[in-house]
Amino acid sequence: MTAVFKHELKLYFHSLTAYVFGAFLLVAVGIGSMLYNLSYAVSNFEYVFSYGSLAFVVIVPILTMRVIAEERKQKTDQLLYSLPITTTEVVIGKFLALLVVFAIPLCIVGIYPLIFMQYGDVYIPTSYGTMTAFFVMGAALLALGIFISSLTDNQGFAAGIGIAVILFNYFSVSLSEYVSSTSFGSVVAFLVIIILIWLLIRHITRNDNLAYGTAFALIALLVIVYWFKSDLLEGLLPKIMTTLSLFDRFSVFINGVFDWTGIVYYLSVIAFFLFLSVQSLEKRRYN
Amino acid sequence: MITVENLTKYYGDHLAVNDISFEIDEGHVYGFLGPNGAGKSTTMNIMTGCLSATSGNIRIDGHDIFEEPEKAKKLIGYLPEQPPLYMNESPLEYLRFVGEAKGLRGEALEDQIKEVIRQTGIRPVLNRRISDLSKGYKQRVGIAQALLGNPKVIILDEPTVGLDPIQIIEIRDLIRSLGKNHTVIFSSHILSEVQTVCDRILMIALGKLVAFGAPEELEKQFSSSGSIEVTSDADVGKLKQALSGMGMISAISAKTLSNGYSAARIETKHKDIYAVSGAVFRACAAADVTLLEIKVNKADLEDVFLELASEKGEVKRK
Repeated sequence: MTAVFKHELKLYFHSLTAYVFGAFLLVAVGIGSMLYNLSYAVSNFEYVFSYGSLAFVVIVPILTMRVIAEERKQKTDQLLYSLPITTTEVVIGKFLALLVVFAIPLCIVGIYPLIFMQYGDVYIPTSYGTMTAFFVMGAALLALGIFISSLTDNQGFAAGIGIAVILFNYFSVSLSEYVSSTSFGSVVAFLVIIILIWLLIRHITRNDNLAYGTAFALIALLVIVYWFKSDLLEGLLPKIMTTLSLFDRFSVFINGVFDWTGIVYYLSVIAFFLFLSVQSLEKRRYN
Repeated sequence: MITVENLTKYYGDHLAVNDISFEIDEGHVYGFLGPNGAGKSTTMNIMTGCLSATSGNIRIDGHDIFEEPEKAKKLIGYLPEQPPLYMNESPLEYLRFVGEAKGLRGEALEDQIKEVIRQTGIRPVLNRRISDLSKGYKQRVGIAQALLGNPKVIILDEPTVGLDPIQIIEIRDLIRSLGKNHTVIFSSHILSEVQTVCDRILMIALGKLVAFGAPEELEKQFSSSGSIEVTSDADVGKLKQALSGMGMISAISAKTLSNGYSAARIETKHKDIYAVSGAVFRACAAADVTLLEIKVNKADLEDVFLELASEKGEVKRK
């Protein structure tokens, strides 16, 4: 694991990736703190992160697109398979390297509240609490990015899908207001989601029976619920969209509450997507 | 050293490897021979743990590659068909990464790296970018990677493909020298290459193991269809009569040559072709036929290979 970690880290700093990522993040946070803290003279540093979190839409896919896709394209994944290390170690090593690349510019941002403190009242606990949450949420998005990269050998494709997914996640709360909250509306939306799940399972496992089986089971479940307890489906879709939004959870921190359930939520998202990435890599051996 | 039992691999509906079993002993150079698409790479990928098998077992020194992958993989160095190189690195950085991933640290790592650099002769390009290297050097860096950690078994998948003749000779020499301290398995679809480098040959065609043994053994085992050509100054009828009396032969054809001599071609299925040629000599001597020339055509590995491959239906004779 340490070998993969060191190797990845070297790769990021040898190429421009780490610097572009850092510069982007610093510019986003910098503009945010200039607007809020300097122009409007607001002393809450945490507001800056609500602005900075929009940058994730672009910088996370840029950072994660090559992680596994490039290994596949260069056929270096064969080396990783033949080395005496497990795929779990490979994925965790890569993830930790990404965290370091992400943490370095954030450390620079960490100086800002201290500077502002010299000139006014900055409430330090919320500033650093939000910064911690910002880091953990970023880590969750990075884990998502690794998974997306593991699905393809085309970097551009991985980046495109990554941007689309994170953008959708960013706006999912606002979008949820426009989504039909009737139970029939939910059924239609769930059918679309089931089709997506079916395509995803088929792509990863290349097992038609498993994909069809899962899809049919889900559709059957949906029909049964709609038939017998249709009020359960009412307003379910907007609720799910809000619950699954990583950015919505983050707004709690910006409002000054250090929400432990939010941190646990992010950690489970990380574990979930790292697990899926390992499975996606393992699956390649079975095709 | 390596035991492969009933290995079978399907890609969807396509049967790539069909119930292969063999055993590999320590300290030989093994050649994996077969036409393109025969299942060589698939078998090697499964042996090195890069690919799963549909069924069957593989044990490296007693460690099952699927059950104890880490222990088994430590014993193997593998160079896949396309060398798995990080193009933006220098060979030195690359080797350091692979060495660390193989569990080497500190002084042991540096010593190992020095050793494989010496063995593969990549010192002149050590600090260049891998993407700028020639194909031969890329291949050497790939081999150096496989040698790190001093594994007992080294598996090379078509290491000479795409190289120029001088590079091919260099890589073959390298394989031969590796064979002194390691068990080497390498695949190729070129028969002469396998014949010159290996002391054991595994022939594989259409996913099946069709022959396994030392080159001479295989020749002996399969040289069932040799022929003997003789030239004589006696007339055709006398020559034919002299030869037709002897056993061990399956067909004789004789004709008069344009220069007045007569020639005969004797086909035989006998195991020992020299026993037949001896009998031909004695038969002619007894009939007072002077032999001017006697030529023995042994079936060589090329014939065996073509025969075995075409028996399976797909490969046509040249």
